[in-house]
Amino acid sequence: MKFNLKVWRQKNAKAQGKLVDYTIDNINADMSFLEMVDVLNDNLTRKGEDPIAFDHDCREGICGMCSMYISGRAHGPHHAATTCQLYMRSFKDGETIYVEPFRAGAFPIIKDLVTDRSAFDRIIAKGGFVSVNTGQAQDANNLPVDKADAEKAMDAAACIGCGACVAACPNSAAMLFVSAKISQLALLPQGAPEKNNRAINMVNQMDEEGFGNCTNIGACEAECPKEIKLTNIARMNREYLVASLINE
Amino acid sequence: MQNSVLIKSSIGKKLIMGLTGLFLIFFLVVHASINGCIWFNDGGETFLFYAHFMGTNFLVHIAEVGLFAGLILHIVDGLLLWKQNRDARPGKYAYSNPSANSKWYSRSMGILGTLILFFLIVHLRNFWGPNRLNQISTGEELNLFQLMQEDFSNVWMVIFYVAACFSLFWHLLHGFKSAFQSLGLNNVKYNKAIEIAGTAFAIIVPLVFALMPISFYFGWVK
Repeated sequence: MKFNLKVWRQKNAKAQGKLVDYTIDNINADMSFLEMVDVLNDNLTRKGEDPIAFDHDCREGICGMCSMYISGRAHGPHHAATTCQLYMRSFKDGETIYVEPFRAGAFPIIKDLVTDRSAFDRIIAKGGFVSVNTGQAQDANNLPVDKADAEKAMDAAACIGCGACVAACPNSAAMLFVSAKISQLALLPQGAPEKNNRAINMVNQMDEEGFGNCTNIGACEAECPKEIKLTNIARMNREYLVASLINE
Repeated sequence: MQNSVLIKSSIGKKLIMGLTGLFLIFFLVVHASINGCIWFNDGGETFLFYAHFMGTNFLVHIAEVGLFAGLILHIVDGLLLWKQNRDARPGKYAYSNPSANSKWYSRSMGILGTLILFFLIVHLRNFWGPNRLNQISTGEELNLFQLMQEDFSNVWMVIFYVAACFSLFWHLLHGFKSAFQSLGLNNVKYNKAIEIAGTAFAIIVPLVFALMPISFYFGWVK
């Protein structure tokens, strides 16, 4: 297969970036999108040009590193998939494909398609954990958990923190991510003691990082590779409202 | 521990948006019910009876202040959201395909709201403003039924009102169910019901409003 690529090239955080045209041929339809970029980079390296910098790690859809905005969508046209799970057979032969980094003020571009998503780490550091005593683990049956709640918590915990929600959101809001991280703990007894402080501290950090405000557009849910639900955001709204009313 | 300022936070802003939105939705119900009395076809007698009550009752006057406060809060909050959300993405996408993942009216609440505000200014200037001014200067109310008959004999005014009802339709189509989500009143058990109620409300209320100028123009109401 043959493709015309328009790839965002930007030397460093401060430089002015621009879309650069590349043509690539002899691409196997069963290659992943990242493998196609690997081939392109190999070509560029052989020609002595600077290869395209892009984030990638596990290449099996669980690490959340491969952040690319492909043909106008986070992680490309596939539903519930990361860029590494996107295959070239999803595109038409000869198609023009736009490749851009995830764009948000809170995700500054480092180089080309690589963005700094450490804002997410700082939000997690504010409360995305439970404090437990070390030592011998207690018997699991000491903490009864409703099966339905356990399922919801697991669904929320599927979030890989890739930032597709921020990238897809017209407001660059991070609420789907933060709400998943708040929900996975708020639904379980282990998370209950710290739930009020967690909701307030994580939301405050999210606001401080300069993410936009959620206006319930729903693009995040539609583009999330792990199908995190908007109901998590409603839960976060509830948690935050209650916490801010009763916290001293 | 960090203290939260509910009003300043992103979630505080959406709570305000949802609460004022529901308040304005409640106002629409009252407004549509009273104005719907024109269809009794009694020369506006029933309508004017309630219009008189709304125009002179002390408690209604207090509620009116609340209504303007709610409206202004809704607008200011909306402008704040619009500005912050625009600034949250300094570098725009060169190519984006948002229609693949969301509805255009959900992304255009600011523009739809601005259109409604523009309509409201004209609308208040047509009816509420002259009526209140007359009350202040002479102590008498204007005959609002007559005023409607006069204003809605102009085809351009009718078209303007109907167009505004479309803006309201799309604004409500997103706003109604969005308010429940923002307030955290979201439960898998009731989501479908909220969505159906929201869609029905967004269709029925603007339709009722649009039919008023149309009814006057075609002489269905006498």
